[in-house]
Amino acid sequence: MSMTFTVCGFIAVGFVLLITIFLVVSGTPAIAEIGFIDFIFGTKWASTAKEASYGILPFIMSSIYGTLGAIVIGVPLGILCAVFLAKVAGKKSSSLVSNAVNLMSGIPSVVYGLVGMIVIVPTVREVFDLPDGANLFSAMIVLAIMILPSVISVSETAIRAVPREYEEASLALGATKTETIFKVILPAAKSGILASVVLGIGRAIGEAMAVMMVSGNVANMPKLFGSVRFLTTAVASEMSYSSGLQRQALFSVALVLFVFILAINLVLNLVIKREKK
Amino acid sequence: MNRMISKSRRVKIALLNGLIWAAAGIICLLLIGLVVCILYKGLPHITGELLTSKPSLLEGTVGILPNILNTLYIILMTLIVVLPLGVGSAIYLNEYAKNKKAVKLIELATETLAGIPSIIYGLVGMLIFVQFCSLGTSLLAGALTLVIMTLPTIIRTTQESLKTVPDSYREGGLALGAGKWHMIRTAVLPSAIDRIITGCILSIGRIVGESTALLFTAGMANEMLGMISAVTPNHAGSTLTVSLYMYAKERGDFDTAFAIAAILLILTLIINLSAKFAAKKLKKGV
Repeated sequence: MSMTFTVCGFIAVGFVLLITIFLVVSGTPAIAEIGFIDFIFGTKWASTAKEASYGILPFIMSSIYGTLGAIVIGVPLGILCAVFLAKVAGKKSSSLVSNAVNLMSGIPSVVYGLVGMIVIVPTVREVFDLPDGANLFSAMIVLAIMILPSVISVSETAIRAVPREYEEASLALGATKTETIFKVILPAAKSGILASVVLGIGRAIGEAMAVMMVSGNVANMPKLFGSVRFLTTAVASEMSYSSGLQRQALFSVALVLFVFILAINLVLNLVIKREKK
Repeated sequence: MNRMISKSRRVKIALLNGLIWAAAGIICLLLIGLVVCILYKGLPHITGELLTSKPSLLEGTVGILPNILNTLYIILMTLIVVLPLGVGSAIYLNEYAKNKKAVKLIELATETLAGIPSIIYGLVGMLIFVQFCSLGTSLLAGALTLVIMTLPTIIRTTQESLKTVPDSYREGGLALGAGKWHMIRTAVLPSAIDRIITGCILSIGRIVGESTALLFTAGMANEMLGMISAVTPNHAGSTLTVSLYMYAKERGDFDTAFAIAAILLILTLIINLSAKFAAKKLKKGV
């Protein structure tokens, strides 16, 4: 019996290896053929043109900008809400808001995409007087909303873990409750909050469906009000009709995304480890 | 007390306090707006015909029954495979593993799996199950892809519940002469079952909401599938989420898309509530 469990135990390791091997094997040929520099730093993606060009810098930059935008909008909101849940709200309102956050985290990404398409895209178009509202900015807003639940729940846990003595000492020294929150509790919880930010980055950079529905999906270099394509949406939008080198290049795009995700996981592990110390 | 604080300090405090309340308010408004928008646009379009027919140009019907069935098939198939694997893995980690390095390695792998975005699962699922195992674009390939995706959730929740089982149960079982597996089966697992169920419910939520990983593995077909053809290779079928995407993005049929969104929202609510109910029952049980 113990043999069976040992096999089950290592199955997760097996899956990680399997995924890595398949991605590397199918992702490297195209990079080798196109050339690493041309592939990563090429600014023109025209996979179906007669003289095809496979540069994925637009995707990389769009993914990075989109994620940064989502972080800039979503993280302050999320941290403040976590402060509210952990320190300000009473028991009843705290459980009400945290139920709301739980529900938000369970809503499928296509639903966010749909609401983004119908509500956010037209609003962005009208407010900024643009010909089309499906652009990087809309994607940032949708992503910001989508990362909120994970940012809130991880930062809330971090804030609640700050020892009570810190708070009491600060209050005894004459600081008010609000000053204590911002000058004592938040700095003490900073590595947990950082972990929540890294988690949010991982979520945002990996999201495909919702982004596909609101970002316009044209392979441009990123502009705030321009139609863009992320690493994830590049794969999702062309995969179904791709062939030959184009298909292999899409696998390479996925490989690049995988490397990004692994790097983010590594940072997350370092942050958590530092907190434990 | 307040009078002893300088005016600029008081303004600053009020400002910061305001920000905290505003953030909480914005998030509540966001959720309320989202829910109202989806229900308002979706509920009127949920009709008997929509729920009980399949899309057909000949008969002029738009129905999502195939998609509902596909979602159920995929949930069942995924759970049947992932539960033994995940629970077994957690049992190994908590009961059998003696090598600390091995445990660390497995936990690292589980965390890595949890962090991989679904588009990569979709792509790798396509490479492994659709092409390499030649299952074709099928519900089966989709379900197997989701097995890898939900494995971390099952392992983690089971492992946590096993940790809460007191050692005295194990010692008692062993002292009565039970073998290790017999002891785990009769003493440890039954007292951890509630949390394992919570883990299952969470995984169901993940499966219901997943779309990207299924796009290239389970396909976009809307054909009605029977029980048998659902588990055979080369039978493609789209789940609710995938069909929502197709209705909204490819066909521009927003009424049906919002009807599906409303159904998904209600399902999410039910899943959340039942996970909470299971967790509460657990607390009472202990």
